[in-house]
Amino acid sequence: MKLKTLITATALGLIMAGPVMAIDVKIGVLNDRSGVYADLSGEGSVIAAQMAIEDFGAAEKGINVEIVSADHQNKPDVASTIARQWYDQDGVDAIFDVPTSSAALAVHEITREKDKIFINSGAAASEITGTQCSPNTVHWTYDTWALANGTGSAMVQTGADTWYFLTADYAFGHALERDTMAVVEAMGGEVLGTVRHPFPGQDFSSFLLQAQASGAKVIGLANAGGDTVNAIKQAAEFGITQGGQALAGLLIFITDVDALGLQTAQGLVLTESFYWDLNDETREWSARFQERRNAKPTMVQAGVYAGVLHYLKAIEATQSTDADTVMAEMKATPTSDPLFGEGEVRADGRKVHDMYLFRVKSPEESTGEWDYYELVATIPADSAFRPLADGGCELVQ
Amino acid sequence: MTDQTLERTGTATGERSMGMPRHHLVIFAGLLMFFLVAPFFLYPVFLMKVLCFALFACAFNLLLGYGGLLSFGHAAYFGGAAYVSAHAAKAWGVTPELSVLLGTGSAALLGLVIGLLAIRRQGIYFAMVTLAFAQMVFFFALQAPFTGGEDGIQAVPRNMLFGIFDIAQDRVFYFFVLAIVFGGLLILYRIIHSPFGQVLKAIRENEPRSISLGYQVNRYKLAVFVMSAALAGTAGATKALVFQLASLTDVHWTMSGEVVLMALIGGMHTVFGPIVGAAVIVTMQNYFAGFGAWVTVLQGTIFVIAVLLFREGVLGVIGRWLKKPM
Repeated sequence: MKLKTLITATALGLIMAGPVMAIDVKIGVLNDRSGVYADLSGEGSVIAAQMAIEDFGAAEKGINVEIVSADHQNKPDVASTIARQWYDQDGVDAIFDVPTSSAALAVHEITREKDKIFINSGAAASEITGTQCSPNTVHWTYDTWALANGTGSAMVQTGADTWYFLTADYAFGHALERDTMAVVEAMGGEVLGTVRHPFPGQDFSSFLLQAQASGAKVIGLANAGGDTVNAIKQAAEFGITQGGQALAGLLIFITDVDALGLQTAQGLVLTESFYWDLNDETREWSARFQERRNAKPTMVQAGVYAGVLHYLKAIEATQSTDADTVMAEMKATPTSDPLFGEGEVRADGRKVHDMYLFRVKSPEESTGEWDYYELVATIPADSAFRPLADGGCELVQ
Repeated sequence: MTDQTLERTGTATGERSMGMPRHHLVIFAGLLMFFLVAPFFLYPVFLMKVLCFALFACAFNLLLGYGGLLSFGHAAYFGGAAYVSAHAAKAWGVTPELSVLLGTGSAALLGLVIGLLAIRRQGIYFAMVTLAFAQMVFFFALQAPFTGGEDGIQAVPRNMLFGIFDIAQDRVFYFFVLAIVFGGLLILYRIIHSPFGQVLKAIRENEPRSISLGYQVNRYKLAVFVMSAALAGTAGATKALVFQLASLTDVHWTMSGEVVLMALIGGMHTVFGPIVGAAVIVTMQNYFAGFGAWVTVLQGTIFVIAVLLFREGVLGVIGRWLKKPM
């Protein structure tokens, strides 16, 4: 009996102490590396993923991680071909990033079909964790609902309660306008009017003058990319923010602000889930990122970092790369990382964390390079994202 | 034109079998052999993409290379058909062959309407009119309730072929695509080498002279416009089922530009050239995706080299060396 116990104990000890079987993991970073989103995702996201692997210490923990990356050129069919090929032929276990909603939804569907893992950071479409939700996808960084809600509710709370919308005339613009309008009205604000501009738009002067004449305290820009940038530039020419009206960008990134320059973008209000200058931890990580990339990270790149970190933790805990096992672990364990703090992955795949409302500083207020934002409000995690029950996700029922 | 004299010598030597010059038969057989074996070595989805774009480029080239009409709006037929086929498969649950037929039909109809107006103008004005109409189709795809805006129609199911065969597997579906594309290519080949095709070439070379010979030039132009649109639609409808999505990329004007590039690189006065052009462009998009921004730079460089060094395109040059029209 004693001998038996001894042998068992020794055997167990040997198993514990002995070299753990190495796990091979292959992750793909699929994003725009040549087009309009190359700055906010692109090579920076690959660097972020690489940093996550190093910070996690994957090699010491017996996990061999290999990264592959590709340019989807913002085309859903290119994204779809690459994703299929990665899963079918190259043995990729998980895909990260994928900006551009149409490309993201394509990868989302293929990941479901092939039963792998997709951790989206770059795309905005809230359908990913709503009506089209999938047991294989985590939506990490932000979505249209969170942006609309953040900017809408936080601004009304700060007293900016009359709104006028400048909306891109297509499905995405309409959705953004509808979501923000609902939030503004629910918070007791008032929408004085909306104007639809063609997509893509060049000349916003007449729309901006209408918005200016409405006397609304906030002009909400329910558009994206080049349209937002053009609208902000032209608003600066009309002196709209200097005239006391606030300009609220509903989908805008720090790289856009960097491109516009503070002179043009000053006074703009926007919601993001990450800013490099939030606390010591984000500053430390961003400084290391900047050494490699020569720019501060965007929230999308930060999301890739945090997503890879959480994914690797789940692999370490389960000692498996099986999609269902890893996903169950990712949803069961609260997330914790230096960039987004504490959070969780909900049943519908939505990752929740705090969101922040920022105002772009004026050139005089800015103390140096990349010192762009002033924190206006923090939207706590429990109210920052669409409530679980409202998304229409079948995984929740 | 050199290719015409070559064609005449080609037919004069009498090396014909099954109604085509022997070397064309060899090329067709070689292509078929290659594509029958290829899915066992290469990735089937990639091959299906090459096939769809090959048909698209050949359909476009029927208009450019043989009709002498540079359309800058072929994305409208390609993408329009993709949307129709995707919607039919997803919302109505129709079988794949019916999806493709519906897509083809809608593209033909669209081609008829646009063609009726566009063929009244020539050269740059013709190109601008087709581009303008294509932009209208793009706008429609962006706004219409069933197209899903910028997200496109996603998760299109691959229904049972003829209601019986399961084609969810990429390998199986590949042969369905191969059959459609080869059918399309044979139709194109037949059109080009028919008396109708001869008249087209005559109109391309000298329109006033064709009119003086008594040909109703506009009817020929319209007919070839519709045929080209319809086959471009077949390619688009098939592509929507391959990728299980239809999106704004398919109707965007850059798609119209890409197909011009394919036809020019492959050789616009050749039957098989656009297939080569499509293969080159799609391969670059696919396998060089890892190089990021360099893909577009590389595409541009290849295009510049093609224009400077071999304007007849890859197969045009090879055809001149072999003294046989491709």
